[in-house]
Amino acid sequence: MMQKISESALDERRERLAGRLRTVVDGPHVLGTRQELAPYECDGLAAYRVVPLLVVLPGSIDEVQAVLRICNEERIPVVARGAGTGLSGGALPNEHGILLSLARLNRILAIDPDNSSARVQPGVRNLAISEAARPHGLYYAPDPSSQIACSIGGNVAENAGGVHCLKYGLTVNNLLAVELVTIEGDRITLGGSGLDGPGYDLLALATGSEGMLGVVVEVTVKLLPIPQRAQVALAAFDKVETAGQAVADIIAAGILPAGLEMMDNPSLRAAEDFVHAGYPTDAAAILLCEVDGGNEEVSEDIAKVRKRLLDSGAIEVRTADDDSERARFWAGRKAAFPAVGRISPDYYCMDGTIPRKHLPRVLGEIADYSRESGLRVANVFHAGDGNLHPLILYDANNPGELELAEEVGGRILELCVEVGGTITGEHGVGLEKINQMCAQFPPEELQMFHDVKAVFDEHGLLNPGKAIPTLNRCAEFGAMHVKAGDLRFPHLERF
Amino acid sequence: MTDQDDTQALAEQVGAAHGARQALRIVGRDSKAFYGHRVDARTLDVSTHRGIVSYEPTELVMTVRAGTPISEIESALAENGQMLAFEAPMFGGDASIGGAIASGLGGPRRPWGGAPRDLLLGSRLLDGRGRVMRFGGEVMKNVAGYDLSRLMAGAHGTLGVLLDVSVKVLPAPKVERSLVLHMPRDRAIRRMRELARQPAPLSGACHTGEHLHIRLSGNASSVAAWEKQIGGDTGEGADFWRNLRNHGLPFFASDRPLWRLSVAPATPRLDCEHEVLTDWAGAQRWVYTRCSGNEIRHEVAKAGGHAILFRHGNDEIPVFHPLDPVRERLHRGLKQRFDPDGILNPGRMYPTI
Repeated sequence: MMQKISESALDERRERLAGRLRTVVDGPHVLGTRQELAPYECDGLAAYRVVPLLVVLPGSIDEVQAVLRICNEERIPVVARGAGTGLSGGALPNEHGILLSLARLNRILAIDPDNSSARVQPGVRNLAISEAARPHGLYYAPDPSSQIACSIGGNVAENAGGVHCLKYGLTVNNLLAVELVTIEGDRITLGGSGLDGPGYDLLALATGSEGMLGVVVEVTVKLLPIPQRAQVALAAFDKVETAGQAVADIIAAGILPAGLEMMDNPSLRAAEDFVHAGYPTDAAAILLCEVDGGNEEVSEDIAKVRKRLLDSGAIEVRTADDDSERARFWAGRKAAFPAVGRISPDYYCMDGTIPRKHLPRVLGEIADYSRESGLRVANVFHAGDGNLHPLILYDANNPGELELAEEVGGRILELCVEVGGTITGEHGVGLEKINQMCAQFPPEELQMFHDVKAVFDEHGLLNPGKAIPTLNRCAEFGAMHVKAGDLRFPHLERF
Repeated sequence: MTDQDDTQALAEQVGAAHGARQALRIVGRDSKAFYGHRVDARTLDVSTHRGIVSYEPTELVMTVRAGTPISEIESALAENGQMLAFEAPMFGGDASIGGAIASGLGGPRRPWGGAPRDLLLGSRLLDGRGRVMRFGGEVMKNVAGYDLSRLMAGAHGTLGVLLDVSVKVLPAPKVERSLVLHMPRDRAIRRMRELARQPAPLSGACHTGEHLHIRLSGNASSVAAWEKQIGGDTGEGADFWRNLRNHGLPFFASDRPLWRLSVAPATPRLDCEHEVLTDWAGAQRWVYTRCSGNEIRHEVAKAGGHAILFRHGNDEIPVFHPLDPVRERLHRGLKQRFDPDGILNPGRMYPTI
């Protein structure tokens, strides 16, 4: 453990290290004043703030390697950061370490239509890849809600998802290769130019490893042909259980929707008040079901979806007449988080995943917790892949409410684990859910995670204290909250 | 054969072997015994640990014991209009799901349907001390902890003995059509890449001899539209794809060393590709060559790919593409943590793991 040291000793260390790093990175790209460091003190989870020792912005892979060699030699912690939009504190700085921003490595190196791939630097924005590929009729499928701002390097570190995961997979399913720099400063290729690489699947291991195993310095992604057409149906239900059954019925009909989203009454009402998407506010739940593919295929599938929804007991089904109506249907869903933020001073966003069949039970128990605690809960649900985002509404100004919300959140995540699910489907563990890891994994498995980490990072310098709790820490339990007022990047869609 | 949970017995056997530092050769149906280096060790038979643990079609997930035959899994899925999208190759009639995942091999549908690692959601396994561990889960989205489950796909049992796996299953296509077009290989690769860039319902693209074989899967209208656009005749239909998947085509009926090259799909003909069958729309090439092992590996590595001496090799040429020193160290480190005494399939992939 690092010793608590005095301000002046910290400043001295900062000066000395900055001097050394400036021998390998241009002076202006090593930041060390209070003013320069302030913008980096948190990521999308603004409840946690730490000022790093220094911020370093390397301009090439060589520079990344040189920086890591110095940090390894001096045993300085390194936290890598892409766009800083993550919701679990994965890019929260370490006060004794450097924050390694990959923001300057922001070039698209090659769009290769013949091989349906794109080779990009880690700081390239997710959406920028699809924009660059569009002239070739191709796109990059994973679409996390922050895609206009989040970077591909961060997507790899978090194994980012999106609303189209059920059909098109997560980040890990859409990568061909990653160039990784180890803490020793060695550069290695994971994966390859073909569909697999030699040896163990280190590409899969590194994806979603939250910056704990190495620094992503280049990414080759798979590009897919843009579907000819997409169409969406909006269905209203008078019972949440019926909506859950309708999801199962659609899958049973052999349809694999591109997107399948559910909102319960509190969340759909909040969204309707906010963006006027035309949602039926008296419904207990709504489903949005999008299908994509060839023209005829989409026409057939949407007719089938419509019939299934009605057969399953939907009280109303609408299909979008054109792209603008389709966008409106989605607008409410995409605005769900900020919409809930308008009706409550604070909310706590959960990210559990459950086997879909347990949805009625889980929603029932969440309603019980809500009644018992007196805290309102709004649910939005990636229904196709079982990823549930309960938003627990509270007011931090009321004494004890924050702790109560934490307790309800903890119970919800434990319930997700109990029914065979997981504590995080797409936001990552970071620092936010590190305590809940103790509920999901027994000590031997946590120890195996630490062992794997040690293979890549013997001295524990990469993103220390994140993702995997120490066994000692598992004696404690707690979680921090997203304060709606503090949500960074309020202009981003969050779903 | 009946469903049976052999977890306890297998854990005891691995635990005992760990205590005695005795190496084990993990065997399901042994249909891929030819693949990888020979492991001279006592057999750990997982074939009796079998049966579908849970399968609910509407969840699109099946959890199954490692010794379960692929054929049994596929018929259970077919009854519900679903499939294992990676089209596990079955050499010699059948294979176990454990072996299919551990070998990491995918069939003709792989570029569109995914590899075993893409569809593997979670696994329960025995580490080299005989301890039961569980990584991943039964849900599509799960980012808690490192993905040590996917790491098992393609690790050939060297990191753990798979007990149960949870896999994502997908709706089977309503219609499947095969098309055959007469054309030379260079042109076929270009045609395959053109098609791969369009929203065509492709599920197979292979060139062998003088013919390009295309498979379309989807709903009737979409398949019919593309069938018309692509042209050609139907050839042997589904038989061709089954024989490609299971290496039953005449091309594979040889006892010469068979190489598997994994390269960027549009890569033009390599000098060492003397006789070649091109699958996966160009990304997987089965090759007989007059080049030496070093020559073909050098050429493939220059193209950013890797080469496996898949079958009929000798002990002098490594089966799997050699690793650079950094990755080799990481492999050894992982092996050491999962299997500290090196008792699980030692040497099957690389001498030091």
